[in-house]
Amino acid sequence: MSYFLLRRTIGFLATLVAVSVVVFAVMNVLPGDPALTILGLDATDDALAALRDDLGLNDPLLARYFGWVAGALVGDFGTSHSFRVPVAELIAERLPMTLSLAVAGMILTLIIALTVGIYAASHHGKPGDWITMFLSQLGIAIPAFWLSILLVLLFAVNLRWLPPGGFAGWSDPVAAMRSLVLPTVALALVQSAVLARVTRSSALEVMRQDFTRTARASGFSQRRILWRHVLPNALVPIVTIVGMQFAALVTGTIVIENVFYLPGLGRLIFQSIANRDLPTVQALVMLFAVIVVTANFVVDLLYVLIDPRLKART
Amino acid sequence: MKQLPANFIIGAVLVAFVVGVAALSLIWTPHDPTDLNIRAKFGAPSHVNWLGTDQLGRDLVSQLMAAARNSMTVALVAVLLGGSIGVALGLLASAIGGWVEDIVMRLADLGFAFPALLFAIMLAAVFGPSLTNAVLAIAFINIPIFARVARASGNQIWTREYVLAARAAGMNKFTITLDHILPNIAAAVIVQATIEFAVAILAEAALSYLGLGAQPPASSWGRMLSEAQTLMYLAPELAIYPGLCIVTAVLGFGLLGDGLRDMTDPRLARAR
Amino acid sequence: MFEMHEMTVRFSIGDALRDASLRIAPGDRLGIVGESGSGKSMLAACLMGMVPQSATLSGRLTIDGTDMTHAAEDLWQTIRARRAAMIFQEPMSALNPLRRVGDTVAEPMRVHLGLGKAQARARVQALFEEVGIPDPSARLRMFPHELSGGQRQRVLIALALACDPELLIADEPTTALDANVALKITDLLVHLSQSRNMALVFISHDLAAVARATTEIAVMYGGDIVERGPTAAVLGTPAHPYTQGLLAARPDPRAMPREADGSRRRLPTIPGSVPPLQAMAKGCRFTGRCAVERSECASVKPVPTGPRHTTCHALLHEETP
Ligand SMILES: Nc1ncnc2c1ncn2[C@@H]1O[C@H](COP(=O)(O)OP(=O)(O)OP(=O)(O)O)[C@@H](O)[C@H]1O
Ligand SMILES: [Mg+2]
Repeated sequence: MSYFLLRRTIGFLATLVAVSVVVFAVMNVLPGDPALTILGLDATDDALAALRDDLGLNDPLLARYFGWVAGALVGDFGTSHSFRVPVAELIAERLPMTLSLAVAGMILTLIIALTVGIYAASHHGKPGDWITMFLSQLGIAIPAFWLSILLVLLFAVNLRWLPPGGFAGWSDPVAAMRSLVLPTVALALVQSAVLARVTRSSALEVMRQDFTRTARASGFSQRRILWRHVLPNALVPIVTIVGMQFAALVTGTIVIENVFYLPGLGRLIFQSIANRDLPTVQALVMLFAVIVVTANFVVDLLYVLIDPRLKART
Repeated sequence: MKQLPANFIIGAVLVAFVVGVAALSLIWTPHDPTDLNIRAKFGAPSHVNWLGTDQLGRDLVSQLMAAARNSMTVALVAVLLGGSIGVALGLLASAIGGWVEDIVMRLADLGFAFPALLFAIMLAAVFGPSLTNAVLAIAFINIPIFARVARASGNQIWTREYVLAARAAGMNKFTITLDHILPNIAAAVIVQATIEFAVAILAEAALSYLGLGAQPPASSWGRMLSEAQTLMYLAPELAIYPGLCIVTAVLGFGLLGDGLRDMTDPRLARAR
Repeated sequence: MFEMHEMTVRFSIGDALRDASLRIAPGDRLGIVGESGSGKSMLAACLMGMVPQSATLSGRLTIDGTDMTHAAEDLWQTIRARRAAMIFQEPMSALNPLRRVGDTVAEPMRVHLGLGKAQARARVQALFEEVGIPDPSARLRMFPHELSGGQRQRVLIALALACDPELLIADEPTTALDANVALKITDLLVHLSQSRNMALVFISHDLAAVARATTEIAVMYGGDIVERGPTAAVLGTPAHPYTQGLLAARPDPRAMPREADGSRRRLPTIPGSVPPLQAMAKGCRFTGRCAVERSECASVKPVPTGPRHTTCHALLHEETP
């Protein structure tokens, strides 16, 4: 058990270090002179020198890398070049929006996917199965941003039930929730298409196993068998996909925030790209990568919680 | 030969349609897709402009056709580039094994930490947004995927008797890889490539929608959608057609890939 | 009282069970023997209402006079566990691997009998003691993978007993266990049947185990019950040619020749092998492997005759010259 934990934790930390090296290298080595990238070709030499000084570009690369990592570890990502405030402040302001979108999207994804997947599995080979599987096949092929546009067309432009985008803050919670409905649904529908398929095939696999027959021979209802016996056993592959999906979901928020003009990290990234604000982009990309890697690490740990057999083996 | 799986047939038909249209656009489109005609803006469908015109009076059908060509090209280049690097790495890993294999696989793990979007964002921030950067980003995420596929199927082939025999006969690993391993993993790689083609089309559309891909005046389904979004109250139909095109292409390659997999690996087909 | 009258289970490829008639009264111990594919499990499935959906049923199945032949799934849910329970061959895979075995056994009590947590726990502990699981309060908290094969089978027996059924069906309960453990499990089943006045249907390939455990026996081949009667009588003076062949093929360790590697080999005394369902003869299913085959055997289904309901044309002929 502890050996397993130790190995996974070391692997996780090593991946984080490697990710930080890649991000740093791409953002600092590839451009040649980051100051020139930021200010553009028509910048004066004085301005360039001042900025280099500001960003510490005159230090050796290795020193800059360690400086960046050390700062990041205590929540100091440097100063945004365009907003002229600490990047950490920008992130703190916008993180709640992105996280609430991702978490709400994940919850909705799970609800839809598990229900649809279990439904399809229990109707295996019948029309209910075919229809849901056809819809999920379609769902996989639909880009989230187009689905968003379609939802806006229907619910905002035509029916006028929900706002087409924007976010006015939490001071009016009802209005805030209303502006998050479409983004969440758009995010979740596409993700749940993949997960529903995984749930279905995993559940079908479990339903073929002997203990499902034992449960049936014990006189339990179909419903009880599906949710209490089949689903928990089907969870291992589902959790694997959920881990990857949470990653996809978090990056999906980047797209969705831009579709719906929501003031989260995704919008911030694009504003920073437009402003050539390298320190901010670097911090945000690193943050997203960390979330992705962490999600996969957490999934590894979840396996142990789900399956007592793993605990014995590790 | 048993009956072809339904997903293969449907996928093949959709792919043939999309690729056919893309190829046709090389030699013929109803109009020049970039031809502006402000007076004919937001034109309704007619016998001249089959699906009507956009906000600048450009012919929609011609734009969609040109976009199909661009989308196919991006996906092809990205999957070929990422795929060949990935397959080479995977073959290397499975031929040499040991620490080389370990390093390649750890690098592949690392690749999974960067979704295409994040990579494209970094490149856009450094070099400015461009279609080339989008292609590079999509190619990059394909490397670990193909490295894994090539290594996993390569390792299986390395244990086959005829490979062991070739080794016993003193053939070197490089020759064996080219003569025996590569031809035998081709099926798995092609299946993966078809599926990744669908993913690449989706990724290009998303990047172009976000402004990180195709730049004006190049036609792109994703960019057409981002322009249409601002005109949703005026001309909602502009937001429909490009999306339908994306879905057709992605669905086609996805189904074709699934169908090919069902045909080449019945074990996997059953497991799904 | 479970009664089956000319039950047939028909699949598109053929009949997995054909005109099976049986009576199981409280306390009866009925053995079912036959080669693989002879329909033993299908007969058990009929008694539990667990025949695959693709099959069509005909004939009549009654429980205390109530017709259950075409009963709906929710009616069967009131029968299972409470009136008829079943244990299966593979004790490892038959238990939910993610649950502590105590919770698994408690579940039917809580669902069907409405017992509370503490009540159910006490009852599970008593059951574990009854089926011979040492240190029950500790075993309760274990997961299936932490138990030995014999203990898992005992847990499954406890699970089957959870709601005090009138009938316990054991489908090859000892096949996956080693000989010593198998013997103990067999004796436990007999003991439970006697002490609880619970009917036992004991399905097995192992004639010795059936002889030891049961008072009645039904011999099956190709979906037919070819002969049934008191165990001692049927095994002592088998009437049907198939039963005779089965007894001759009995794995007696001393009679088996050794292979080169020292392992024992069974003597295939019945020539040929069980044909697949779709290739079975229309008449007597044993056609083609039978030593006393007659011209009508392949096409005419033999009627059950005599005290043992034997289905054999040759015997019919001997008795009525
Ligand atoms: N769902 C099904 N569809 C078609 N045929 C089936 C189905 N289930 C079982 N059968 C057939 O029914 C026949 C009887 O099977 P059954 O499982 O009852 O045999 P058995 O006597 O229990 O054999 P074993 O000793 O191997 O357990 C077999 O020929 C089998 O192929
Ligand atoms: Mg059986």
